[in-house]
Amino acid sequence: MPVLGADMDEGTVLEWLVKPGDEVHKGDVIAVIDTAKSAIEAESFSAGTVDQLVVDVGQTVPVGTVLAIITEEGAERAEPATAAAGKGREPAVPVKADQPAPSAPVPHPVSPVIRHRAHELGIDLATVHGTGPAGAITRADVEHAASEPHPAAAPAVGPKAVGPKAVAPKPPSSRPKGRPRAGRPRVTPLARRLARELGVDLTGVAGTGPGGAIREADVRLVQAAGKPAPAAAAAAPAAAAAPAAAAAPAARSAADRTQSMRQAIARLMARSKREIPHYYVTNTADMTRAMSWLHDRNRELEVSQRLVPAALLLKAAALAARQVPQLNGYWVDDAFRPSEAVHLGVAISLRGGGLLTPAIHDAADLELADLMAKMRDLVIRARSGRLRGSELTDGTITVTNLGDQGVESVYGVIYPPQVALVGFGRIIERPVAVGGLVGARPVVTTTLAADHRATDGYTGARYLTVLSELLQRPEEL
Amino acid sequence: MTPDQAETAIQEALGQVTPGADLAALPADADLRDTLELDSLDFLRFVEILSERTGERIDEDDYPQLATMASAIKFLTERSAS
Repeated sequence: MPVLGADMDEGTVLEWLVKPGDEVHKGDVIAVIDTAKSAIEAESFSAGTVDQLVVDVGQTVPVGTVLAIITEEGAERAEPATAAAGKGREPAVPVKADQPAPSAPVPHPVSPVIRHRAHELGIDLATVHGTGPAGAITRADVEHAASEPHPAAAPAVGPKAVGPKAVAPKPPSSRPKGRPRAGRPRVTPLARRLARELGVDLTGVAGTGPGGAIREADVRLVQAAGKPAPAAAAAAPAAAAAPAAAAAPAARSAADRTQSMRQAIARLMARSKREIPHYYVTNTADMTRAMSWLHDRNRELEVSQRLVPAALLLKAAALAARQVPQLNGYWVDDAFRPSEAVHLGVAISLRGGGLLTPAIHDAADLELADLMAKMRDLVIRARSGRLRGSELTDGTITVTNLGDQGVESVYGVIYPPQVALVGFGRIIERPVAVGGLVGARPVVTTTLAADHRATDGYTGARYLTVLSELLQRPEEL
Repeated sequence: MTPDQAETAIQEALGQVTPGADLAALPADADLRDTLELDSLDFLRFVEILSERTGERIDEDDYPQLATMASAIKFLTERSAS
């Protein structure tokens, strides 16, 4: 399970877009992952052939869990692999080394193979008593648990039966907190999801899986039995599945999504303010030339080709980051790691609340028209479609533009592990003295929130000065 | 283009940009950008769709006339008649 944003600690596989035997290239979208914030397209980190899909659709696993095994090109498939990630075989989407590990303690690491077996058998690993070294869960433990007619309530989590609601993002190891397991039927994740989509009540359903686990086929059987005529039964699943698929992040309702996104933002922003000593600088940039240039340019163009002022501001912010590289990169392990590329994160507010900050890759190198197109595309996909994992993790510096909301300035909170956040307010006409004469000119208030561990105010001030200068030469942007 | 046709075109364009918004309840003199919380990209898309639908060229200088439903209907009706 890759980290698809600094604020993520678990994810649910909504859909696999590849199957064993498929060839994949680095960067190919191989799965759709549901996170607290949105459904995101996960890309492969390596090239090769899909060997095994370890995590099934509907399953929620912590960040760092192996999702799929990809045999790299040229590797010997028969080569003995000592572990799931032996030579030549590596997790398709491993956790990024510089990202935080899952925050909740996992009592004993469970190998993907055992996790997979438990999943097949419909066993919740939190309820399994481990007999391996240091209490680790073995394959035999899982199979033993499956052979027991009634899964016992997990003693380890018993006292915490009253906990946060299930929507609170927690790694699976702590999930049973909110729902006592005693007496609950054993259900495979796929069956559970299907039952939810089809509206099938699983109470009293006889499972045909190992140990009486309810499987997908059982759910379909119950669903079909509930219909009066075979024809209706055949048509119903398709009809019922269609709306469920349209709402595919079926895992979360709109209200859940709003709440989980709020919580994700809360965690990340609290972490930022807790860990990052922010300092702020501000400036006013004269936009006379930029607005005039933009107006002249747009006059010749069709609506679809026109630029908005934000495109100029973003391009200038990206170029300034290149000229002041001390602000472009990450603070990791007590050191600043500059980034050669400028991937410009853009804060995009969502209708109904919340925000996402996908990145425009190599923003400093894009032509204005291309940057504008990418910005439009990101906004549309952030609000109604899907973003890619790389778009949500690659940002090296972020911009927030609240000018459209009417404010004059915004002092942002840095998106960790980045070290700077640029803010733009509204472009507004103000009386400005030039050469001893006062005239009305369009100006914009630019702000910078920066990490004092990585830079000092001097550097921040230089950034805003460079930004302002760039905006005076719009034709060069 | 009649005022009714113009209103329909505007409502359809706004409907695409702000799915779910209650456009029927929109007062004729309400500022569209403020009321519907349109940002500059939303507004550009609105103009783009409106232009496609009506076949009328809409320049940046015309944007102020698209501020409210009433002014936008007037603008489209007059533009198509000229």
